[in-house]
Amino acid sequence: MGGSKVDIKTNVQSARLTPKKIALYAAIAVFLVAAPVYFQSVGNVFMVRIFALVGIYVMLALGLNIVVGYAGLLDLGYVAFYGMGAYSGVLLGYVFQKVVGGPDAPLAGLSYWALLPVAALMAALTGIALGTPVLRLRGDYLAIVTLGFGEIVRIALQNDIFGLTNGSAGLPRVGEFIVPAAGQKWTFLNLSTSTFTFSKDLFWYAVVVALCLLTIFVIRRLDNSRLGRAWVAMREDEVAAAATGVNIMTTKLWAFSLGAMWGGIAGITYAYWVGFISPESFNFMESVLIVCMVVLGGMGSIPGSIVGAIIIAGLPEVIRGLAQSTALSRFLTAEQASRIGDYRFLIFGGLLVVMMAVRPQGILPSTRRARELTSEEPIIEEENTDLWEVEHKHDLPHKL
Amino acid sequence: MHFNIADVPQQLVNGLTLGGMYALIALGYTLVYGILLMINFAHSEMFMAGAYFGLLWLNILSKQSFFTGSAVGLVLLYGVSIVLSAIMTGILGVLIERFAYRPLRHAPRLAPLISAIGVSLFLQNAVLLWVSSRSIPFPVKFPVYQYTLARDGSGSLAFTVLGASDKIVDKLGQGAHAIVQFSTLQIMIIVVTLVLLFVLDTFVSRTKLGKAMRATAQDRDTAGLMGVDINRIIAITFFIGPAMGAVAGIFSGMYYGNIKYNMGFIPGIKSFTAAVLGGIGNLRGAMLGGFVLGMAEALASGFISTAYKDVIAFVILILVLIFRPGGLLGESVVEKV
Repeated sequence: MGGSKVDIKTNVQSARLTPKKIALYAAIAVFLVAAPVYFQSVGNVFMVRIFALVGIYVMLALGLNIVVGYAGLLDLGYVAFYGMGAYSGVLLGYVFQKVVGGPDAPLAGLSYWALLPVAALMAALTGIALGTPVLRLRGDYLAIVTLGFGEIVRIALQNDIFGLTNGSAGLPRVGEFIVPAAGQKWTFLNLSTSTFTFSKDLFWYAVVVALCLLTIFVIRRLDNSRLGRAWVAMREDEVAAAATGVNIMTTKLWAFSLGAMWGGIAGITYAYWVGFISPESFNFMESVLIVCMVVLGGMGSIPGSIVGAIIIAGLPEVIRGLAQSTALSRFLTAEQASRIGDYRFLIFGGLLVVMMAVRPQGILPSTRRARELTSEEPIIEEENTDLWEVEHKHDLPHKL
Repeated sequence: MHFNIADVPQQLVNGLTLGGMYALIALGYTLVYGILLMINFAHSEMFMAGAYFGLLWLNILSKQSFFTGSAVGLVLLYGVSIVLSAIMTGILGVLIERFAYRPLRHAPRLAPLISAIGVSLFLQNAVLLWVSSRSIPFPVKFPVYQYTLARDGSGSLAFTVLGASDKIVDKLGQGAHAIVQFSTLQIMIIVVTLVLLFVLDTFVSRTKLGKAMRATAQDRDTAGLMGVDINRIIAITFFIGPAMGAVAGIFSGMYYGNIKYNMGFIPGIKSFTAAVLGGIGNLRGAMLGGFVLGMAEALASGFISTAYKDVIAFVILILVLIFRPGGLLGESVVEKV
């Protein structure tokens, strides 16, 4: 690794709290509480929804970051696990309703809470089931196979597989219900000046934030665990890792199923929040978007994934939302702002290319991953080519 | 679904047509993989771009009365459109390589793949935003006939040519039914594809440039030391693949009657499957894989379910990668340390 100092304590040091960091965390916490409450109190539900939606994507990005960032496995079908969580959450919800005695039964509201771990487990098991045969494949093959798997899941959902998923019309069917989660109807504040209510969207925002914090906590713990170190070793050099006693298959499976688990958690949460799911929410473009978030933010970096998710899921919506209100209307018409939304995939596509060429480590990279991606290792190869190019600069028309 | 053995010949003809298109696209994947060891995810967009360039030239050229006046003119109209579209798409491919992939040649393997996904996303949305978000009809300006092998009313074999409005019972009497039909389009697609595959195969195996390509695929650095201009070979590869893909794109437009900004995604994945099925990096394997996959898909959608026809390719892909990652004609893949 050239002359650069390899600092194996990077993670530990960055975990230390400095006054600066405490101030930053406090500011973020205040913003996370105050902003949605403010938007709710001025009746801008749209913005509250965006906050919750971005939260869902933060969870997805963090989950995929385990697979792509830590373990270095490119998963282009991540959305399959998201869909698995959503569909199993809703379908098992019907079973739950039957058990407790109908959608109006007092206990029916517990279905989200009871099924949250079940959906997570279902997604994780799917991850293991898919991972066991395919994780032997090399990186780029794995990407295509996971893509294929994601498409198979979507096509199966669309074709009403086993008569369960109601095809492209989505769930719930007419006459069926996704029971609102217990707690979502609480109205505990009624300010006299405005009609502030603890709305459904605000409730789900709170749930999503709590889940995101849980995710961050777990991933931080994993990062420095035996498993986390095994991931890093495997990502950097699979053969060397195997030689030093890392069980490659198990390590990959853990990454795959843990990543899938967060996909499942995000899925069931999305389903119960929105109250409606259809296969179109789980198409390939969603997978690509989540990959973009992880790559843009910085593979293997928790703050990176969060920032990536905020930029990619949030920014276009926020611009659109602000243009519809008054703040931005001096600069942008509503039409222009909605055009920004249309252009986002174009921009993200270009961004991926530019990022890979200019800053492959992402906006907020993990120190370690950055060093890997801009590593000096292939220098021998480069020298060869350069030398060769220098020698051949002047003999113009090449004969082959 | 109902299995009817009498449908098999027709499904095979359809599969052959489909397979020809897959083979043309699969070449692009396999050539690039052979030389750069990268999956050119944006290749499916070359197929799409080719179809749009083809439509562009058709619209421009059909304004000239020379091209629409006679039968020869019509043949030239499509021939010239296909060639010009292939050249433009080839140039697009070279540009993409130059700006999106070349800077990453020494980066970790995932970097060019992610970059390719970016290119794909960019091109799709460029077409969506600046051309149209809807599917556009792709004109077939020449009459299409069905060359039909059939049993006539008395049960003996007969051959007939049916126009668009002809009914088989009018030509061959009551009770006649087709055994297998080739449409003009299918014949055109199959013949042109076979010619192109033959030309490309000869090019790679017989010419000096082809030899340089094979040398580069075998060992890039050594080939460089032997005096092969690597960058030029890679550029040529990125010209040929997209040009072939463009031809397939135009065929697809003519065969299905319309084109759309996202038309490349599914055929792209399937053709990648074809390339893997034949043994990625192996030119003849990609051709074989294309035809095998086309047939398998046609038979499966005829006899199992059309709703799941896209799943079949993915299942084949997963099974091949797990059980025979080297493909039908490929060597077993050994990870270099």
